[in-house]
Amino acid sequence: MAGTALALRRRARSKVMMGLSIASAVLGLVILAIILGTLLYKGVAGLNGAVFTEMTPPPGSQGGLLNAIFGSVVMTAIGIVIGAPISILAGTYLAEYGRYRRLAHVVRFINDILLSAPSIVIGLFIYELLVTTMGHFSGIAGALALSILVIPIVVRTTEDMLRLVPDTLREAAASVGTQRWRMIVSIAYRAARTGITTGVLLAVARISGETAPLLFTALNNQFWSTDLNAPLASLPVIIFQFALSPYEDWQQLAWTGALLITLSVLTLSIFARMLTAKKAK
Amino acid sequence: MSLSGTLTATGETRPRASAKPVGDRVLHALTFASAVLVLIVLGGVFISLIQGSWLALSTFGPSFLSSETWNPASDPPVFGAAAPIYGTLLTSVIALLIAVPIGLGISIFLTELCPAWLARPIAIAIELLAGIPSIIYGIWGLFVLAPILQRSFQPAVIWLFHNKYWDVPGLDKLFAGPPYGIGVFTAALILAIMILPFISSVTRDVFETVPPVLKEAAFGLGCTTWEVIRRVVIPHTRAGVIGAVMLALGRALGETMAVTFVIGNAHKIAASILAPGTTISATIANEFTEATGDLYTSSLIALGLILFIVTFIVLAAARWMLHRMERQGR
Repeated sequence: MAGTALALRRRARSKVMMGLSIASAVLGLVILAIILGTLLYKGVAGLNGAVFTEMTPPPGSQGGLLNAIFGSVVMTAIGIVIGAPISILAGTYLAEYGRYRRLAHVVRFINDILLSAPSIVIGLFIYELLVTTMGHFSGIAGALALSILVIPIVVRTTEDMLRLVPDTLREAAASVGTQRWRMIVSIAYRAARTGITTGVLLAVARISGETAPLLFTALNNQFWSTDLNAPLASLPVIIFQFALSPYEDWQQLAWTGALLITLSVLTLSIFARMLTAKKAK
Repeated sequence: MSLSGTLTATGETRPRASAKPVGDRVLHALTFASAVLVLIVLGGVFISLIQGSWLALSTFGPSFLSSETWNPASDPPVFGAAAPIYGTLLTSVIALLIAVPIGLGISIFLTELCPAWLARPIAIAIELLAGIPSIIYGIWGLFVLAPILQRSFQPAVIWLFHNKYWDVPGLDKLFAGPPYGIGVFTAALILAIMILPFISSVTRDVFETVPPVLKEAAFGLGCTTWEVIRRVVIPHTRAGVIGAVMLALGRALGETMAVTFVIGNAHKIAASILAPGTTISATIANEFTEATGDLYTSSLIALGLILFIVTFIVLAAARWMLHRMERQGR
């Protein structure tokens, strides 16, 4: 009899734990749904043409987010243009020339740490490096801070994707007398193209929502400006400023901006994943 | 030559470096320089932070770490990092206490219970949580979560541990009112949501490295699903699970925007976790552009240096644990 009671108790405990496990998954999904639901509900209310055509307004008047959207797009683009080529080259070193070298191990390790390093510290670094030497905040400093955040993401994916390219391909190329660099450029890169693109897209998604590294590099700007040598507005920083303000129309614009950022970031990352998923089949 | 056959693709069998074609020398140099640049960036961050914080560290000495006073307005201004350091550690630890069980629950569900066709969409949905920018968590936490906590959860716990019928010693201080809505606990809750996807996706990966034979053997002996997880899966993947938790801790320590919105930005160490507080990153985000005077700026950079060193150690430990796991898996 004691045996049956024990068996029942063990089975009951297992049932309870599995129930909790299912509940955790449901909880995670519910939280996601609530966050996206709130964003849609609050963000759509302020969505109109003016958001994309007008500048950020002074409190109490109508306006849009055009200068912030422009600033974000420009700084993200420059960040990628600077960061991606360097990262792809560094990833190439890790996967091709330096694969088993000591240096590659060290770089891999440091890169993985940079991947999760606090982005606000990168902002401080660029502040010390550029803002204090130039004497003022600037769009280019913001872009540079973002480019540093690009590096660990793209280095990691480039290396991973190049290593998925089978060594037999490399050996086949070598056996017909192809020079090493030609093999990398024409064979390895071509085979890993989709994967590397995914890495770059994920980096775009990551940096376009970053706020902390821009706070004291690009600062902010209430007006239309295309001058990269001057403070530049960005969507995340405007959201930060407007959401914490006491003005209702500013808060509404913050929600609309939040919706725009989230939609673009999530679309990008889903698209990036689909690229590699298709490839895997 | 036949032994080094596998090496031909790596070019190691060429007799002399000078015999390498120009294209190879160029590409090798470029990729090498880029890889070294990654190290230079890290070194540059360290050096510039040390340089920037030198004034504050030499002015206050070790008391910078232990002093709770943060008074930019006094003459001379006094800065001590104890309150932000305490807030950073406390919010991260509470966030882990909440997120680790739930994250493990999700990965157990995905690896052991969920039908395969459903596992992928659910995993992607959970990972979307990691893709949402932190400022979105901030605005959501401030306008949605904080008011809910203020109306329902916080008054309830305050009453539970401290009312006219009974007092729970210790806990009545830990959960003392008034219910502000924002504060240390709210920040920790937001952090917990943000690190949840990291914990669940990394532990899911390590759970999948457990050889099916081991689990089948345990089931064959009559173990329940929970016993298989508790006695086989988790012991087998312990290093990986700890690595995942450390990785999440590293994220939580450095998280800035979400915390800045909801922590209340008070430079004091309160006994109650419902009270407003501050963290290192929130202090920097809030005060850096408004800091007047070299000493103020330098003190904020010193905070950044402390944060960078702490997260560096935690993340390095996480990578080391996960690396050990990978090796063991082979």
